[in-house]
Amino acid sequence: MEWLQQLINGISLGSIYALIALGYTMVYGIIKLINFAHGEIFMIGAFIGYYSIAGWGLGFIPALLLSMASCAIIGVLIERIAYKRLRTATRIAALITAIGVSLLIQNGVIYMRGAQPEAYPEVLRNKSFDFFGAQISSQSILILSVSITLMIILQFVVHKTKIGKAMRAVSYDAEAAKLMGINVDNTISATFAIGSALAGAAGVIFGIYYTKIDPLMGIIPGLKAFVAAVLGGIGIIPGAMAGGLVLGVVETFVSALGFSLWRDAAAFVILILILIFKPSGLFGKNTREKV
Amino acid sequence: MKKSKQFWSFVAASLIAYTVIQVLLNVGVLNDFHSNILIFMSINIMLAVSLHLVIGVTGQFSLGHAGFLAVGAYISAIVTMKLNLPFPVAILAAGVIATIAGLIIGIPSLRLRGDYLAIATLGFAEIIRIVFLNIDYVGGAAGMQVTHLTTWTSAFICLFITIVVIVNFTNSRHGRACISVRENEIASDAMGINTTYYKVLAFAIGAFFAGVAGALYAHNFYIIQPSNFGFLKSIDILIYVVLGGLGSLSGAIVATILLTIVSTFLQNYPETRMIIYSLVLIVVMLYRPKGLMGTMEITDYFKLWRGSKGGSQHDK
Repeated sequence: MEWLQQLINGISLGSIYALIALGYTMVYGIIKLINFAHGEIFMIGAFIGYYSIAGWGLGFIPALLLSMASCAIIGVLIERIAYKRLRTATRIAALITAIGVSLLIQNGVIYMRGAQPEAYPEVLRNKSFDFFGAQISSQSILILSVSITLMIILQFVVHKTKIGKAMRAVSYDAEAAKLMGINVDNTISATFAIGSALAGAAGVIFGIYYTKIDPLMGIIPGLKAFVAAVLGGIGIIPGAMAGGLVLGVVETFVSALGFSLWRDAAAFVILILILIFKPSGLFGKNTREKV
Repeated sequence: MKKSKQFWSFVAASLIAYTVIQVLLNVGVLNDFHSNILIFMSINIMLAVSLHLVIGVTGQFSLGHAGFLAVGAYISAIVTMKLNLPFPVAILAAGVIATIAGLIIGIPSLRLRGDYLAIATLGFAEIIRIVFLNIDYVGGAAGMQVTHLTTWTSAFICLFITIVVIVNFTNSRHGRACISVRENEIASDAMGINTTYYKVLAFAIGAFFAGVAGALYAHNFYIIQPSNFGFLKSIDILIYVVLGGLGSLSGAIVATILLTIVSTFLQNYPETRMIIYSLVLIVVMLYRPKGLMGTMEITDYFKLWRGSKGGSQHDK
């Protein structure tokens, strides 16, 4: 049952990617900006989780909630300070600013606490369960249940609440939404808050799963989550979840087949293939550009 | 007529600059430390100018320039260290192979626009880096030993050729086509310009000079490792271009010179250097989204200055 084991590992990893990808996809859907700083919010989330568990002795759930709340605030601050002025600027200017913010956060964290990695504390005893011959650790179950819960809550927020309706309206047509009395600025902030909170949660569960965090950990998972978002069709929420899961499973299988050094390349190969053959993603529809 | 006058004055100025620095080096006023900074500066200017052709002139946002630098560095190192051929051959081989890499990457990914192109080139650069990481012939993660062959003279000659070729390309019919692609791709397509051809052409020329810069880069250090050519290196090069002005060649050169000096002095404080870099990047983008000089060249400022003193401004 080797492949079942790998599938379970892949899904655990993939659900972390999916959580980060949701933030990318929501922000891209609403202001058409690749938020490069998103991977750094994920890193900050992991560190807040670490300090609240190891430093202040909080349990897993309070640490997760604290990390999500702080990341939401940081995400909104970044949007207000750095991105708000650039709504009407060119896409390249916005993208470069996002890269700048990402470098600033990385190096700011290194400046404040040093670049040394930190070992994540163990919040729950590692038990393994037997599942059709495959071993599932309690951590995998935890990761899966947290991610699934958050994704269900997100679906509920986006489809059933007023702010979710406003988000969908703004992403469809910001000008028209404004005319209909929707506060576009607050809606964008809410999108950043929700996306960043999900990245924060992903950071905490990443820390628990991999037991090691460092200030530069956000770069590669951030890029891969973006690949996941593109894979599913950027701007489409179920697409980001599916993309994250597919990417996690593919990566795990590439490692399992003995090409672990090529694991990072697999994500980028998938990205390039998708961009070339189906730029709108697996779940997307083609749109033609008008003059 | 006007352009050729400008060209010859540029040639004269650079010859004078070269002779002065060479004399100072021979006399001993400038020591090894200074000549190292000069070489490093030339390499950075070559990278900035070649990326300027892709981003500034053609308007294609490429985030993978470090990939071509890596190709050039490794190919030249293989040519000199494994095949024992002379250094000029290595430089040429580095440029040619990097051009081929540029074509391979450019033809599929230049069908994409804006953000997607940026991400695709970034992905390609990462793949190149991972490929070098996994080839034992070039030392894998431990890196490859390279002898020190780059001198101030060779760096200067390569830099001079780079600038001359790119300036002349930009001012030629092809360069104007590239600028029209930057300004409005759909409109220039409708005017009968083969946009894909020009985008790929600019990309390939940019890759060639990045490869040449890679050869100089590899032979300026004693060891090259895949980790030297990561995402951050691409960002470094991007900062030179963006800061100077998207579309301004002289702006890119000035920004590169300034930032190379700043980063030499901050060598022992890498975090501080990156914090300053990123703050500069954010502030410039927020307040001057087209970079410090926009699409203006230094010579345009002279014209403006002369124009304000009563001369004619319409003598272009």
